[in-house]
Amino acid sequence: MHNISNLFLKIASSFIFVLLIISTYYLLIPKNIFFLFLKFIFIIPTITLLVNLLNLIPKYLLYQLSKIFAAVVMVALIVVSYLSSKRKPDNVSELYTDFTWLINWPKWLDTPFMHWINKGWRSFIADYGVIFDAIGYGLLRGYTELKTVIVQAPWPVVIIGVIAITYFTSGRKLGTTVFVGFCTFFIGFLNPRFWDKAIETTTMVVIGIAICIVIGIPIGIAMARSEKVRNAILPILDTMQVIPAFCYLIPGIILFGLGAIPAIISIFIYACPPLIRLTDLGIRLVDKEVIEAARSFGASKKQMLLGVQLPLALPNIMQGINQCTMMALAMVVIASMIGTRGLGDEVLLGLQQLNVGAALEAGLAIVLLAIVLDRMTQAYGEKIQERTQPTKKKK
Amino acid sequence: MPKIEIKNVYKIFGNSPTEVLPMVKSGANKEEVLEKTGHTVGLDNVSLSIEEGETFVCMGLSGSGKSTLIRHLNRLIDPTDGDIIVDGTNIMELDEQQLIDFRKHELSMVFQRFGLFPHKTVIENIGYGLEIQGKEAEERRKLAMIQIESVGLQGFEDQYPSQLSGGMQQRVGLARALATNPEILLMDEAFSALDPLIRSDMQNQLIELQAKLKKTIVFITHDLDESLRLGDHIGILNGGRLVQAGTPEEIIMSPADDYVEAFVKDVNRAKVLRAKTVMIKANEFNSNEIKLADVFKVDEGSYIEQFLPKVLADRCTVMVVDKKGDTKGYITEKELAISLSKDGYNLK
Repeated sequence: MHNISNLFLKIASSFIFVLLIISTYYLLIPKNIFFLFLKFIFIIPTITLLVNLLNLIPKYLLYQLSKIFAAVVMVALIVVSYLSSKRKPDNVSELYTDFTWLINWPKWLDTPFMHWINKGWRSFIADYGVIFDAIGYGLLRGYTELKTVIVQAPWPVVIIGVIAITYFTSGRKLGTTVFVGFCTFFIGFLNPRFWDKAIETTTMVVIGIAICIVIGIPIGIAMARSEKVRNAILPILDTMQVIPAFCYLIPGIILFGLGAIPAIISIFIYACPPLIRLTDLGIRLVDKEVIEAARSFGASKKQMLLGVQLPLALPNIMQGINQCTMMALAMVVIASMIGTRGLGDEVLLGLQQLNVGAALEAGLAIVLLAIVLDRMTQAYGEKIQERTQPTKKKK
Repeated sequence: MPKIEIKNVYKIFGNSPTEVLPMVKSGANKEEVLEKTGHTVGLDNVSLSIEEGETFVCMGLSGSGKSTLIRHLNRLIDPTDGDIIVDGTNIMELDEQQLIDFRKHELSMVFQRFGLFPHKTVIENIGYGLEIQGKEAEERRKLAMIQIESVGLQGFEDQYPSQLSGGMQQRVGLARALATNPEILLMDEAFSALDPLIRSDMQNQLIELQAKLKKTIVFITHDLDESLRLGDHIGILNGGRLVQAGTPEEIIMSPADDYVEAFVKDVNRAKVLRAKTVMIKANEFNSNEIKLADVFKVDEGSYIEQFLPKVLADRCTVMVVDKKGDTKGYITEKELAISLSKDGYNLK
């Protein structure tokens, strides 16, 4: 949002800003979904106005103010941690008579983040758990329907289906098709039990990837378009990729219950970042002169995106989907720890029984599944690349 | 009324260009501004006008702001200050939708590295402007085929750009620009990426097309020979400033400063100068000095290189005549010597 220059507008906006702050504050009190949405509606203009008002302050002053603000927050945190600690000295004066607290990290110098998060989490579940129930129910329904259809189909039909899909997506490459068909057959051939489990795993992965695509690609596009959005989203992506899977598996269980749904959610958290990054990168790497050419002919933003940017970024996006698939499969195995069925479950079972053969057999089945999914997405990406950027001259 | 008019355009690149603008306006040069504020001056008070149907060549070394200037004409880059008037409309006042319409119909652009869409075939590339205009596929194909023929690329319409050579790719770029039938053609170093033979071939093709179509062409180049060959009018940019604008003869005969002089130093004058510019007017010439039998008639528009061999072989005097056959002036060996030497005009 550009700077407000008019003085009257400045005053008016500050007035509205104060009103919004007050109204959002009061909206914090009644807790149900309707008010949550209302709050979101209010929060966005509040933030834009806040940014606008901050822009009114000269930059150097803002910099100084932010330093002071950070210092105040730091001091407040230390004081709060001291006051809320149970193991603080009886009297504050002990701190400057007895300096032993300088040697080992003092017990009272400990921010109560854990308590805050737990407290917030509990009230969050109590108030808004319904939303997650709804999401979970929707996902579970889709997952069960899809799974049942494939599981009930005779296995030769499934193999033929996989072969047919590969044949057409790979642009009628016979070698890839035969290889993929063979791998699919071998999953069941390893152990008849694996067939249904592999289908369960695949269904989870497919739904996970579908969510990644639906959410990830638009975010990637938004990032490529705006520097600000990119700066805001990049740290979130870093967090999503680095944070250990168990940190969100456990809240996942609380929100969605045991089974496939928390696994799908974890797949999204774990596998979406590379897709977002590659979409963003793909669009930004499109030749600047090609973009200028499209603009010089009067292409609108939409025509540019659909006609030029996305088609040229497609090889990169396909690579992102491929990465997404691989990471999703890795996550499915970890998710077996929270009771997700599927091939990961077999690996876990083998480990628990110290049955090396069973664990390895299941591991091999996962590798085969990975190869099948990889070849299918990869082959499609290559086909697109050939169509959009032919390198060899046609004879 | 000029077709394109650029009035006092400034362009400053950096974080807060408007704050630096007064400094640039007060006459600080590019280096000073960069040193003091970290901003780069792209264009510094550029004003020029381009007439309908002429080829205006904008010349300068890299970094002189010529590519920035041409992008102002369709507002791929917005100026920091100044007005750009095309066909009587100030394009700085257009809103987003009007700007898109303006780009769709009024002008089109040819790029240095072609800027073709690698995922579209040749014919789809050429029809892109029409596609954006909302024309039906059939009409698009028809109009694109006409352009393919005019640039001589028949048989390649279903190939992809990467399957073509550089020269052919630029022909596609040219055809794409012409397909929407714009009045103004912007060519940003259009032939710089081509090898010399193909380049001169393309120059000929452009001259031929221009003779037929009579578009207003703004051509950017860093090659003086190219600009002299194509341009009706040449503007020379240095450090964002327009140092000289004029006809090729004016640039060669009276360079405005050292920069332009260095530019024109190595040019082949016989190729550029015309009989009418080097002649002595008939009334100032003492025709008793020559024998009429030795006189050789040339048209006033012909270049020196066209009659120089004849003069050298026969030791004759040249009589310059206009289209009707009236005598306009004379050229003797002395005039040739003066006009062809690098510092000849100082002798005068």
